[in-house]
Amino acid sequence: MAEIQEKGDSGKGGKKRAKKSSTKVDMTPLVDLAALLITFFMLTTTFNKPQTMEINMPVDPKDETEQIELKASNAMTILLGEDDNLYYYFGLAADNPEVVETDYSANGIRKVLLSPEVKSNDMMTVMIKPMETSRYKNMVDILDEIKITDTKKYALVDFGEADEKLLEQQQLGQ
Amino acid sequence: MPKVKVKRTKPSLDMTPMVDLFFLLVTFFMLTATARQEEAVVVDTPSSVSVIKLPDTNVITITVDKEDRVFFGVDGQHTKEALLEKIAGKYGVGFTAEEKRTFSLLNNFGMPVSQLKSFLAMQSSARDEVRQPGIPIDSTQNELGDWVLQTRLTNPKVVIAIKGDNDANFATVQRVIDILQDKKVNRFNLVTDMEAMPGS
Repeated sequence: MAEIQEKGDSGKGGKKRAKKSSTKVDMTPLVDLAALLITFFMLTTTFNKPQTMEINMPVDPKDETEQIELKASNAMTILLGEDDNLYYYFGLAADNPEVVETDYSANGIRKVLLSPEVKSNDMMTVMIKPMETSRYKNMVDILDEIKITDTKKYALVDFGEADEKLLEQQQLGQ
Repeated sequence: MPKVKVKRTKPSLDMTPMVDLFFLLVTFFMLTATARQEEAVVVDTPSSVSVIKLPDTNVITITVDKEDRVFFGVDGQHTKEALLEKIAGKYGVGFTAEEKRTFSLLNNFGMPVSQLKSFLAMQSSARDEVRQPGIPIDSTQNELGDWVLQTRLTNPKVVIAIKGDNDANFATVQRVIDILQDKKVNRFNLVTDMEAMPGS
């Protein structure tokens, strides 16, 4: 128990002394209580605040004709499909470009985004088109890759009919 | 020869430093920590390398769980009370003072306004068990838009955070984003878990 060690009696003299009640306090319950409180606070608290990723969506244009058309040489599209499938193509969907299948790994889309085709072109705009069936995680993953590869120009665009046709034609994602 | 007296000591231990240490830790935890908020649903957020922290106050959290239900939450009791009053006025539902108080203590909820009154009238234990259907986000019954708009009118400083589950359908998240853009919110945060930056 928690007690201050008794000093050995010097053993001198046989005088009877009044028994001094010790001033020791048993601290064990106090320790118990403190440990309980620690446990409680540790379990009920969240230490780190959640991380967030900030995204800015483009303001809906009032006048569609004011927008500048994107040149095919400056366009890259990433399609997020079902079951974590991922496709990309360069250029515009209308020109029937070749759709390449890739994945979310470090050797997949990240390599593409870091390739000279994207990196050396300052005007390159990456369009991210998640399909309705894709998961939310896919979108965050791609936005994350964009951040990792430090791609400056990107946009979240609705998945269009042209893209669907493209996938169908090339028998991907079916 | 005198007998060698074996010194008999009790197997005792001085616990005072231990108590000191424990109370120091208790104090530390009490001062640094904010209580974990009780969430209506558990969501598993995706991870990202982003290191921006979500602010502590003035945050609207829109939670999308893996069944694509949408939950709405905002911090600040006064904000919530004022918000409920505005929503009540708009939808023509009267809330008692007791229900308003209950609402101001809720962290987030996923109930259509029409069912909110009965939801708030429940015992808190029953409320935990009830399956919340989520806030309607259809174009015909866009209640989420109203909640967001009224919150922003009540407290203009709010930032909006979307907390989506890994398996949430993108279509639902897209719909939520559309609603926000409809209300002229073009900047928001996606709540994510931490992940190490590759190659660092």
